[in-house]
Amino acid sequence: MLAILETVKQALSEASLETLTAARDLAQKTNDSVTALLIGKGVQALAPTLKGIQTVLVAEDQKLDSYIPEAFAKIVLEAITRTSPKIVLAPGTECGNDLIARVSARLDVSAATNCTEFFVENGALKRVTRSNWGGSLLEEVEILSSPILLTLQPHAIPAQSADGPAPAIETLSVALSEKDFRVRVKELIPSEKKGISLTDAKVVIGGGRGMGSAEAFKMLEELASLLNNAAVGATRVATNNNWRPHSDQIGQTGAQIAPDLYIACGISGAIQHMVGCKNSKKILAINKDPEAPIFQRADYGVIGDLHQIVPALIAELK
Amino acid sequence: MKVLVCVKRVPDTGGGFKLTADGMHVDTTNLGFTVSPHEECAIEEAIRIVEKHGGSSTVLTLGPLAAQEQLREAIAKGINSAILLEAEDYESWDPAATAHAIAETVKPLGFDILLFGNESADTCNYQVGLRVAHLLDLPCVTGIKALEIHNGKAIAKREVKEGWEVYEVPLPAVFTVKEGINTPRHPSLRGIMSAKKVPIEQKKVTRPAPHLVRKGLKKPQEGRQLEILGQGLEAVPKVIEKLRELGAI
Ligand SMILES: Cc1cc2nc3c(=O)[nH]c(=O)nc-3n(C[C@H](O)[C@H](O)[C@H](O)COP(=O)(O)OP(=O)(O)OC[C@H]3O[C@@H](n4cnc5c(N)ncnc54)[C@H](O)[C@@H]3O)c2cc1C
Ligand SMILES: Nc1ncnc2c1ncn2[C@@H]1O[C@H](COP(=O)(O)O)[C@@H](O)[C@H]1O
Repeated sequence: MLAILETVKQALSEASLETLTAARDLAQKTNDSVTALLIGKGVQALAPTLKGIQTVLVAEDQKLDSYIPEAFAKIVLEAITRTSPKIVLAPGTECGNDLIARVSARLDVSAATNCTEFFVENGALKRVTRSNWGGSLLEEVEILSSPILLTLQPHAIPAQSADGPAPAIETLSVALSEKDFRVRVKELIPSEKKGISLTDAKVVIGGGRGMGSAEAFKMLEELASLLNNAAVGATRVATNNNWRPHSDQIGQTGAQIAPDLYIACGISGAIQHMVGCKNSKKILAINKDPEAPIFQRADYGVIGDLHQIVPALIAELK
Repeated sequence: MKVLVCVKRVPDTGGGFKLTADGMHVDTTNLGFTVSPHEECAIEEAIRIVEKHGGSSTVLTLGPLAAQEQLREAIAKGINSAILLEAEDYESWDPAATAHAIAETVKPLGFDILLFGNESADTCNYQVGLRVAHLLDLPCVTGIKALEIHNGKAIAKREVKEGWEVYEVPLPAVFTVKEGINTPRHPSLRGIMSAKKVPIEQKKVTRPAPHLVRKGLKKPQEGRQLEILGQGLEAVPKVIEKLRELGAI
């Protein structure tokens, strides 16, 4: 099988380490060998560090200094032609899903993206479980294509290191044309955002419809400033009402957060919101409706009006 | 400028999923239907492009007859025309099948800009837009949150952790859109009324042999035990105590 690895600044991403772990496991169950594919500028040095697999194909190219979708797709196709894998696995990250979609379109087979489980029968991969609705529902799927193209849902399978002899390292050189570079980043405009990002914060305070206005979010900002490493997030209702920018939205079509504590204020607990914060260690909900679904998905609950409780918390902390 | 936007009809689930007895579908008995927020934003973007540069916009869905509802909602907001590729069994179409049917239909229509959601709300395949782009041999930028058109070229931006990636591609081109690119408008009452009269182009389509076959749906584990800290202001001291215990203060 072929494992496509993603690098960030010439290092393997966590999602790539998970992909490698899943690939080794699948290969063992299907009596297969693993070829890993590294693409980009300066990736050669990573090849000898990959353990527990048989071969590393290295497509090193000075021109590939970032993810260049069509060029990367061409290289993956070349690697597939060379190794005839039964299974191709990539990380289910933004780039990984983009790449596998481009490859699967060129091979005219459908890919099963964001897989969480693999089912092997009689030494062959037959079915997978994959994320639906951003992970709030799981779909079991039978795969009838050849080759089988998959991406792995990040965090579904924890990365494990492996021992073993160094793999055989082979060079993959692919002639790239101008057309392969027609989609590429022309410029990177650095972010102007200040403060702690939603995904890095240890405490996230989320506000929903119950906030009632953009002004009301100022008290969440104030509460955040009194807590360690805290940031403010929002539901889709809050962003659609222009109370907060969309970049603050948590959920299926917003950010996925995993803080130590998520404090949900005036949020009903819709699955599309909760799927964005389900990896929080603890969830505290403040809601005036004791029947709100959020209370089935929280660790701590306060029943009451957030417009009384939040100011009281601020006063107490001051 | 001729702009296409593709949307998929999905159940509007809120508080939780109920599955049908055979575990194959979301039970939609008491649910309304909608499209993904990404696609709502794609609709809004199509309307804005035509408002700014002239031309016309078309919304397309592959789905059941009932998906006329989603097409008319788009028209009510300002989309000019609609195409329904009718397939009652649309839930069992895999991304390759859906993309082939869409590409075949839109190829002769000569769109300059083709907009898709970054991923569908329900099956989240992350594929149909890119596959249509490949079948039409057009460039495609995925997951965009900004789009501008200048002299036959599109400047598209993607938001990444470090900031904004800027892409420039010649038209025609395909873009998959993420929520946040704009704030969608609500339809006006007049829009809703006149949308009822706009004819929808309809054609039946048949599913080719699939590569992916659904065997069942299941809910992931949700294992949290609720502890009520109190009602109203009496809960404040307990909350402070918890914040301290969890290292938040
Ligand atoms: C495909 C799809 C994707 C989606 N993606 C997202 C997403 O990424 N993020 C997201 O958030 N949503 C998303 N949604 C929308 C989601 O389904 C819900 O509509 C949304 O999360 C509801 O937001 P809310 O909790 O703020 O509002 P409501 O559901 O209206 O809840 C408001 C809550 O506030 C409580 N309340 C009101 N006043 C007070 C008060 N004074 N004090 C205390 N409590 C109060 C009420 O009791 C109620 O429980 C998506 C929907 C779909 C279909
Ligand atoms: N049945 C469908 N009809 C029309 N457009 C669709 C359909 N399925 C998917 N799409 C479009 O393709 C995007 C990506 O879908 P997917 O590949 O399933 O994640 C969606 O956001 C829609 O814009």
